[in-house]
Amino acid sequence: MSALQLCLLLSSGLFCIGLTVALTRSNSILVLLGVELMLNAANLNFIAFWRYGGGSASAGVVFVLFSIAVAAAEAAIGLALVIAVYRHQKNIRLQEAVRLKG
Amino acid sequence: MTLPVQFIWLIPALPLLAALVGALTPRRGRALASGAAIAAMAGSTLLSCGALATALANPAAHLAANFTWFGLGTGAVQLGWLLDPLTGFMCVMVSFVSLLIFIFSLGYMHEDENFKQFFCFLSLFAAAMLGLLVANSLLLLFVCWELVGLASYLLIGFWFHKPSAAAAAKKAFITTRIGDLGFLLGLVWLYDSTGSLLFFDGGNGVLEPTVLASLAGQTLCGGLAVSTAIGLLIFCGAVGKSGQFPLHVWLPDAMEGPTPVSALIHAATMVAAGVFLIARVYPLMSADQALAHVPLHALTVVAFIGAITALLGAVIAVAQTDIKRVLAFSTVSQLGYMMLALGVGSWTASIFHLLTHAFFKALLFLGAGSVIHAAHHEQDIRSLGGLRPRMKVTFATFAIGMMALSGVPFLFSGFWSKEAILHAAHEWDVSQIPLYAGLTAVVLTAFYMTRLVAETFFGQARSEPASHAHESPAVMTVPLVLLAVGAVLLGFTGTPACPWLQARLSGTPLHSSMEHLLEGGGLMLLSIVLVGAGLGLGWVLYGRNPRASATAVDPLAHSFPQTYAFLGARLKFDELYAATLFRLNSALATLAAFFDLWVWGGAVNLLAWLGEFGGEVNRKFDEEGLNDGFDTVSGSVRGTGQRYSRAQTGEAHGYMRTVAIAFAILTLLLVWLVLASGGGR
Repeated sequence: MSALQLCLLLSSGLFCIGLTVALTRSNSILVLLGVELMLNAANLNFIAFWRYGGGSASAGVVFVLFSIAVAAAEAAIGLALVIAVYRHQKNIRLQEAVRLKG
Repeated sequence: MTLPVQFIWLIPALPLLAALVGALTPRRGRALASGAAIAAMAGSTLLSCGALATALANPAAHLAANFTWFGLGTGAVQLGWLLDPLTGFMCVMVSFVSLLIFIFSLGYMHEDENFKQFFCFLSLFAAAMLGLLVANSLLLLFVCWELVGLASYLLIGFWFHKPSAAAAAKKAFITTRIGDLGFLLGLVWLYDSTGSLLFFDGGNGVLEPTVLASLAGQTLCGGLAVSTAIGLLIFCGAVGKSGQFPLHVWLPDAMEGPTPVSALIHAATMVAAGVFLIARVYPLMSADQALAHVPLHALTVVAFIGAITALLGAVIAVAQTDIKRVLAFSTVSQLGYMMLALGVGSWTASIFHLLTHAFFKALLFLGAGSVIHAAHHEQDIRSLGGLRPRMKVTFATFAIGMMALSGVPFLFSGFWSKEAILHAAHEWDVSQIPLYAGLTAVVLTAFYMTRLVAETFFGQARSEPASHAHESPAVMTVPLVLLAVGAVLLGFTGTPACPWLQARLSGTPLHSSMEHLLEGGGLMLLSIVLVGAGLGLGWVLYGRNPRASATAVDPLAHSFPQTYAFLGARLKFDELYAATLFRLNSALATLAAFFDLWVWGGAVNLLAWLGEFGGEVNRKFDEEGLNDGFDTVSGSVRGTGQRYSRAQTGEAHGYMRTVAIAFAILTLLLVWLVLASGGGR
């Protein structure tokens, strides 16, 4: 198996773990964690294709840099939301945060 | 056995592997996690000895093995390993002292339920520090530097259920981060002006003469050389990490961690990093020394910061009552000595003191840990006392550490290394102030260490746990004995008569003769007298009339109550920062909130009001004109909306499930399309 395939395998494994965590956990911090894992799996793909994909442009790295920066902002907002939810319902269980119900 | 430079990465890799093993073992796998950590550290120690042997074969050379990490655009980011006597000595010291601390932790942390995590974090800590030592690139060094910060955060806050420990961990992390920001700026600036971050690269490295000359040649506004500015920015990082004034406030609070962690932080891993960094980039720091017209030399700042820290730490230590806090402030003070030595131009003396200090400070902290363990986590020296007959080995080794730290002449290592620093300060031609600060700190050091030993081990037991204390098990006392041996013997590698260590570090030939033994005899005599004065004063005040009860007033507090209270409150640095920096920060935040609420919020509200006004006008038209025709349409839209809104359950998981299923379907569709079109190739 080539190095690229190994990287893709690793990142899809990471993605699946992240997805499972995001779908099965009720603790919203753990869900955030899962989302973050999926994001990093995508980053890994970018890097892998950039490194082994043959192209010489640095687009992959730049994309990842942007995505890391966006992820940092997202984490900050996500945690702020968690705190806000905690203040409202005194816990951070996602099932109970259903105020958006239509 | 020698270890070629290409394989030097094995030294940090082994503990890193142990950390991985520790992270993956389940909680009950205590023996596996601790065994892996100790075995890896023992392996690293052996490899470090091999690396040192390689380095000593040709001390003047800087062996480097560089490789390209990744290429970006037209450039490439390079990393590398570096082996020279500085790396070699530091690696041996760090791995050996860490090994002993790991073994000690087996006994000390025995009852802790998170035993396994503890060894995982310890291994990570040691791996990060060893990685920092072997790095040949400022970037790699920075990465390991931040890892050290992370590991220290985890370990200081190891008992995170205590609010004070969680706060101390946060404080350590944020305070050092302030310094790291300067370091990062310096790093970026250096890369910008040289295009490389390798230390040694066959003539193109940033620590090699051609690059240094060009850096020192460029000037900024006010005639400041670029190398001075970069050096000072990098020094910011060292100030944070090595607990120098004004960022020393985190170091004493770091005592909230378990005692082996304190020993590790104060002796081998964390605070040594700052001193090591400055010693490593010493050519850069001293590149502006040859320039006569510049307004400021980087090393002058280093010397004065070091002198202030040395004095400050010693003064505060006099009035602390927690056994670990006294030692913490003595570390602050000793780190000040090391920075002072770097500043006055003798980096070899600084590293000499770093090595000896690592041994006796680890010894003192582990001794304190043994006392705390025996006295059931009683740390207040006022409530201890009378431990000498009950803990003979701990007392004997602690006393050796105390005498080494105080600089008791001739037999103990601290004397020789401190003497080398004072000698260098004496020969500094810019100012004699650092020398006087250092000499004052000598008296104070001897004084507060005598006080510590007298209060802890002499007199009678002043509390229930202290009177029932008994000697710790062998797994704790054997490391103490080994460290005590090191604390005595290490001094003889760098005496003025035979400065083997200094000669090997700087790669110059060794000149040894007995005539040099008492070189600078006047200064040596003065410092011996000062040590004697400190010891004598301490004994008169605390040893001759031991404290009667835990609540008795301290003799110093009796004479100078206000000064003593001010010192006990650590010169109110925390309060000062709370009153100035924190206030400033919250004032800025309030200002930002004000802007958000009134200026930006006002603008948004104005727009909203305009929109509302427009809508109102529109509504008037609608109601007067084309109303009825739309009612049927809107009715059906509303009905559809209501049907669809049932999907909006408000449950985040439901949404995510939908997205995930849709994603899976799309993926399958894509695969099917590719296969159907004869793809796959």
